[in-house]
Amino acid sequence: MAAAAAAGPSPGSGPGDSPEGPEGEAPERRRKAHGMLKLYYGLSEGEAAGRPAGPDPLDPTDLNGAHFDPEVYLDKLRRECPLAQLMDSETDMVRQIRALDSDMQTLVYENYNKFISATDTIRKMKNDFRKMEDEMDRLATNMAVITDFSARISATLQDRHERITKLAGVHALLRKLQFLFELPSRLTKCVELGAYGQAVRYQGRAQAVLQQYQHLPSFRAIQDDCQVITARLAQQLRQRFREGGSGAPEQAECVELLLALGEPAEELCEEFLAHARGRLEKELRNLEAELGPSPPAPDVLEFTDHGGSGFVGGLCQVAAAYQELFAAQGPAGAEKLAAFARQLGSRYFALVERRLAQEQGGGDNSLLVRALDRFHRRLRAPGALLAAAGLADAATEIVERVARERLGHHLQGLRAAFLGCLTDVRQALAAPRVAGKEGPGLAELLANVASSILSHIKASLAAVHLFTAKEVSFSNKPYFRGEFCSQGVREGLIVGFVHSMCQTAQSFCDSPGEKGGATPPALLLLLSRLCLDYETATISYILTLTDEQFLVQDQFPVTPVSTLCAEARETARRLLTHYVKVQGLVISQMLRKSVETRDWLSTLEPRNVRAVMKRVVEDTTAIDVQVGLLYEEGVRKAQSSDSSKRTFSVYSSSRQQGRYAPSYTPSAPMDTNLLSNIQKLFSERIDVFSPVEFNKVSVLTGIIKISLKTLLECVRLRTFGRFGLQQVQVDCHFLQLYLWRFVADEELVHLLLDEVVASAALRCPDPVPMEPSVVEVICERG
Amino acid sequence: MEDDAPVIYGLEFQARALTPQTAETDAIRFLVGTQSLKYDNQIHIIDFDDENNIINKNVLLHQAGEIWHISASPADRGVLTTCYNRTSDSKVLTCAAVWRMPKELESGSHESPDDSSSTAQTLELLCHLDNTAHGNMACVVWEPMGDGKKIISLADNHILLWDLQESSSQAVLASSASLEGKGQLKFTSGRWSPHHNCTQVATANDTTLRGWDTRSMSQIYCIENAHGQLVRDLDFNPNKQYYLASCGDDCKVKFWDTRNVTEPVKTLEEHSHWVWNVRYNHSHDQLVLTGSSDSRVILSNMVSISSEPFGHLVDDDDISDQEDHRSEEKSKEPLQDNVIATYEEHEDSVYAVDWSSADPWLFASLSYDGRLVINRVPRALKYHILL
Repeated sequence: MAAAAAAGPSPGSGPGDSPEGPEGEAPERRRKAHGMLKLYYGLSEGEAAGRPAGPDPLDPTDLNGAHFDPEVYLDKLRRECPLAQLMDSETDMVRQIRALDSDMQTLVYENYNKFISATDTIRKMKNDFRKMEDEMDRLATNMAVITDFSARISATLQDRHERITKLAGVHALLRKLQFLFELPSRLTKCVELGAYGQAVRYQGRAQAVLQQYQHLPSFRAIQDDCQVITARLAQQLRQRFREGGSGAPEQAECVELLLALGEPAEELCEEFLAHARGRLEKELRNLEAELGPSPPAPDVLEFTDHGGSGFVGGLCQVAAAYQELFAAQGPAGAEKLAAFARQLGSRYFALVERRLAQEQGGGDNSLLVRALDRFHRRLRAPGALLAAAGLADAATEIVERVARERLGHHLQGLRAAFLGCLTDVRQALAAPRVAGKEGPGLAELLANVASSILSHIKASLAAVHLFTAKEVSFSNKPYFRGEFCSQGVREGLIVGFVHSMCQTAQSFCDSPGEKGGATPPALLLLLSRLCLDYETATISYILTLTDEQFLVQDQFPVTPVSTLCAEARETARRLLTHYVKVQGLVISQMLRKSVETRDWLSTLEPRNVRAVMKRVVEDTTAIDVQVGLLYEEGVRKAQSSDSSKRTFSVYSSSRQQGRYAPSYTPSAPMDTNLLSNIQKLFSERIDVFSPVEFNKVSVLTGIIKISLKTLLECVRLRTFGRFGLQQVQVDCHFLQLYLWRFVADEELVHLLLDEVVASAALRCPDPVPMEPSVVEVICERG
Repeated sequence: MEDDAPVIYGLEFQARALTPQTAETDAIRFLVGTQSLKYDNQIHIIDFDDENNIINKNVLLHQAGEIWHISASPADRGVLTTCYNRTSDSKVLTCAAVWRMPKELESGSHESPDDSSSTAQTLELLCHLDNTAHGNMACVVWEPMGDGKKIISLADNHILLWDLQESSSQAVLASSASLEGKGQLKFTSGRWSPHHNCTQVATANDTTLRGWDTRSMSQIYCIENAHGQLVRDLDFNPNKQYYLASCGDDCKVKFWDTRNVTEPVKTLEEHSHWVWNVRYNHSHDQLVLTGSSDSRVILSNMVSISSEPFGHLVDDDDISDQEDHRSEEKSKEPLQDNVIATYEEHEDSVYAVDWSSADPWLFASLSYDGRLVINRVPRALKYHILL
């Protein structure tokens, strides 16, 4: 069966071949394309001549293509494929055909119901359309009948309609005449009853007609009567208008009626404003009474409420009524009203400012802000009504000024708090120590000062922050969104306080008399540490806190954090330097007195270290403890053990021996000079006041350098005997034993003390140094 | 245009005393006194040849004792005074005497540079200033621009005015005054004012400055607590009366108008240890020289409180003694004060600085190790002042 199916198309291909032979060009092109295809599929060129060509060269062998040609396809299969492949192709094609048939059946089955439903729907539509057509025909017939009837009825009623129209016109005219005839009596009754509005309305309606027909005697009489009555009415209105007891609404009503009666607007305008001024000035006097010589009974919020409801409310009524009544006045009238409001408003603002000034001493910002909020809200209405008067701007200016003054008050408060902290510290430092009870240490005092100042700053920020709260009416003003936050709070309050703190701290370094009323050194130390802490952490913390709370923007130039930190650091450095000088001076004075008040030529043989040296060591130790409470240790150049200490001692003694060589050998003076200069070459110059760093070792080094330099200068001014020189030896060795551990470089102490002993030797006519071993024994025993 | 290098001269012994030869206005000459306890003390006469930048010296023996102060007569080039320590019976006594140099050294002749101390000559003692009853001598000052016949000495708490008679061979105590007050008061320094016809002297004791009238020997002004610590030296402005400078152990140099004793006109805090010396330039009073035990010499420009606060005037007389009122009529801005230079050639405490009498642009400084350094005012500043 498969062979028969494959052989089936074979007889058909024979006739297809012969008709295409005569064509010259087309077969050539098709043959070329097929040639390319054959090349692609690897077929030989020889079979191309006998291959039948399809009607279109666009790939006729594609089963799914638009130009599929079964003949070409089968011929190609037959030529290209072996038998096994042919059988596989048939099997595959059969399977595909079955799948397609199955799909088609499924589609037909699924949509069958829809086909049936569509058929029914079409049939139903056909019937309905037919019925509608019948009904439309009947409707057209009925409408024609109705039209005909309507025409006949209109023709019948035409005559009666015309007659009715005439009668209505006559009726209206008669009613008008009756109104005119009754007008005088109506006006009289209205005036008697006080219904002025009604009377004015009647007058308005009749005025034109009476004016037009005044040539008729009867109408003239009516007009004359009405004029008399109207004049009396106007007089009564004016009388009522001038009464002081009537309020703004009544006055407005009177003016309105008078205007309607044709009174001159200019005059009424002046009188209206005069009356309003009287009422408003009464309100101002009431407010002024609240500011009397006695302390104000109501608080600022109550005062603001009184002013808001009394004066500002009245002003709003006056402004609204004026604009309603005198709108015809034009710009001149508006300017008059603006001047009126501006003048009275300025007096009101002056009173408000006086009252607000009484609040500057108080500590409560909440009440003040609420009062300002009420004040500002109240003036938004007149601000809108009277834009030309500038009341809203003036109110905003007052609020801004009060806020600015409030910032100044808080700055003063911060300064006072800082000075109070300093006073507490001084009292704590000066308080006598109870035996066995330890007072607050420096670290505790520093922590107290820092936390107290920080809490004051936070309280001030919280108080001042009330001005920018969302519920406050003026908080969205440009000033409070920008300048108040950056220039007022950040720069004026916070940065200003830090500046003030630095200046106050630095003033302790500039005390003129160093002898009397000196600042306690511990206070200098504490302040320097406080300023250093501000430089490292607190300033950036405070400014960050301020910037976050007040959303400080960049449109204004503000002080950079680095600038403020640099100032605090410089202040700390100055304070620490001054501390070193003061403490150095204290120890120097002891050394100085000890050298100046002793008779060094006649002193006895040394058996002990002098008491002043022990005192110097004790004081230095106390300073070390004091500085250690607040500052870190710092780095030393070399940490010596006891053995190293002894080694240095021996070295120092040997240096002394070397320095004293000239005293043993009588030689030419040049040798002394040479030896001194050689010594100098190996000695560094010691800067007495090198910059002090923020650590304990640097501080102690500075103090010890100052002290030993002073000792050196004093020794050079005296003359020593032999035992005096030896006493200096003992004292210097004692200092060396105990001071090296305080300084950054213990070699420094050796150099300075060596210089002291050398200078003493030079100041001695008969220098005989003490044996180092004896010196050590005395120092250890001392 | 570079400044000349400093010229350094080394003495064998420690030294504190330095003075220019005041009467010598042609040659640059300084006198230095040594301070030694073991050897004979000397007075070195330093001749500076500024054209060749070399130093010639002569050495005189001062066998009386170690020299703590030296000053030269303003009229006689050969006469000088010294304050020296003498030790006897385990007591130190500071005395003062008037000396005369050998005649051949007055005119500045010098021997070969390689002379040795064995050829040092001897001073001629003219007279002693007998202070046995008054205590230790602190300093002796000559009457400025005088005829060399009046000196003032300060001994403990006494101020003594002496007349030198018979060619300075006899000193007669003319008048004296004493400090009154509790405690042991001692004078530390004094200066004779060149103004008011040389009738005023200023002294320093402890932290106080006092002015005295030499005619009545009474106090005319008192500056309490002029410095935080001891006052070491003072000097008068040569061109502007009422103005004086002081320095002390509080590391500060202060400038005073003696009509206002409560507040200094200006304060300098450039030194880091005691300031031992302060000197106004003789001609240009904006130049102030200070020496300190921090081993530094500082030259300052104090033009704002000088006699020419608005700069140099073309037709001004540089050597004028009067305060120049014409400068105040100008509306120019005052010039700024500043530190001109800091000299660090010394390695030990600088105890004395002074200007040359002959050359106003040259000064010397002396440190404890016997190092004498001669420096000049920077040329740029010199020409700025002159032109």
